[in-house]
Amino acid sequence: MIYADNAATTKMSPAAIETMLSLMENSWGNPSSLYAHGQNAKEVLEQARCDIAHAIGAEPREIIFTSGGSEADNQAILSAAENGKKAGKTHIVSSAFEHHAVLHTLNKLKKEGFEVTLLDVHENGLIVPEEVNAAIREDTCLVTIMYANNEIGTIQPIREIAAVCRQRGVPFHTDAVQAVGHIPLSAAEEGIDMLSASAHKFHGPKGVGFLYARKGIRLASLIEGGAQERGRRAGTENVPGIAAMAVALKEACANLKQNAEHLTSMRDRLILGLRQIPHSALNGDPQRRLPGNVNFCFEGIEGESLLLLLDDKGIQASSGSACTSGSLDPSHVLLAIGRVHDVAHGSLRLSLGEDVTAAQVDEMIRAVREVVDYLRGFSPIWRDLMSGKKQFIL
Amino acid sequence: MALYSEKVMDHFRNPRNVGVLEDANGIGEVGNAKCGDIMKMYLRIEDDVVQDVKFETFGCGSAIASSSMATELIKGQPVSEVRKLTNKAVAEALDGLPDYKMHCSVLAEEAIQSALEDYQRRTGKKVE
Ligand SMILES: Cc1ncc(COP(=O)(O)O)c(C=O)c1O
Repeated sequence: MIYADNAATTKMSPAAIETMLSLMENSWGNPSSLYAHGQNAKEVLEQARCDIAHAIGAEPREIIFTSGGSEADNQAILSAAENGKKAGKTHIVSSAFEHHAVLHTLNKLKKEGFEVTLLDVHENGLIVPEEVNAAIREDTCLVTIMYANNEIGTIQPIREIAAVCRQRGVPFHTDAVQAVGHIPLSAAEEGIDMLSASAHKFHGPKGVGFLYARKGIRLASLIEGGAQERGRRAGTENVPGIAAMAVALKEACANLKQNAEHLTSMRDRLILGLRQIPHSALNGDPQRRLPGNVNFCFEGIEGESLLLLLDDKGIQASSGSACTSGSLDPSHVLLAIGRVHDVAHGSLRLSLGEDVTAAQVDEMIRAVREVVDYLRGFSPIWRDLMSGKKQFIL
Repeated sequence: MALYSEKVMDHFRNPRNVGVLEDANGIGEVGNAKCGDIMKMYLRIEDDVVQDVKFETFGCGSAIASSSMATELIKGQPVSEVRKLTNKAVAEALDGLPDYKMHCSVLAEEAIQSALEDYQRRTGKKVE
């Protein structure tokens, strides 16, 4: 079996599992309790905060724990909106291919009277910092641009975008769920005001994440109750999950350079192999992308049937076709980079894991080629393309 | 729990009657690439009976399985029976489809009815 869907979620690291189990057994106290059993848990929690802060170039007090990437995105955006509203600022700049945790939160704000500008991500899936600058207005209260895209893996010029925002005096948030633990990143140094991350994307547990908010950024609480997280997120902390997240992140960062090098070479081998399939195209910039992300469109076939047949061959992947999303439209990310519907339905994302081998990459190339050829063999679109009745797009 | 029934997966993995029928006298194509599903049915009708049938499909697993099952249901059947084929019959023969995939069986029904109309146009015969 080849698991090539690491952008969806990752397998937990043994060290993270070990940490979780041990804490559930031995350190199950409530961190808010004053006796030693509780205070031990508190210590574990604060150590995790230090480790995570260290890993992303922040200070411990700038980290607040959440239930994952979606909650962190919601909190960052809703906080900035609340702060903005108080100052009479109700305009937000974002991009067309953000994760739905961002886009749906922005839609909610639109209904409350906010105005949202979604920047073009261009054919290569990259935001142009000057266009961020041009979109910022007097009444802009937030710029939110993802660090790396979850479908096509493109890495945004975050440092430049942050600099623009700093210069214009607008808070900048980035959804770094796909980036943290995979590419070098330093929140403070890069001038990021808020950043979201999720443990299950870097071999930590599901349902745990964090929000980094630079000192001086006022956060609103989405969950009311106790005074946990210094009043910014109520609820008894998920100590085992949080500690396991810290362990997983430390591990990912310690091995980041060598993992990224290996993954980049495997990624490029896979891209080279899939490019040999006629009438196919890589989605997103070939270089400025996550080390493990490969995303292709194949003309004349549909993504779900491709996934099912790859699954039969022991390869687990994902697609941006409508049929896999349960809606009528294919992925908004592929449409945002200008892929037309016909072609976007035939997309395949292979997101590699650090332990992938060259032999597995070659096996994936072989399997994808076989399945694409097979499906094209009885595709009426492919027939029309081959007979010249329809024009090839790719 | 698997997304699809065993029957759907069987017809998806081993589609019956797949390909082109060179001597077809009724051809129907429905759906569009924008929505991600296109089905094309080729019928060879003689003596008011579907002697042969083939299909080509661009679409998801359930679209391919629905086309395949539909061809099995109509092969060797008198056109008067084929006229009455419904999407429900196709879905039932597949041991059911997920709700949001029912449109695939609708497409199969439409492709066959469209091929029947083409046959009537070409031959001037009326299918009751
Ligand atoms: C870019 C991005 N943002 C946010 C999320 C949501 O994270 P979570 O599943 O932890 O809520 C994901 C993961 O699906 C993601 O890829």
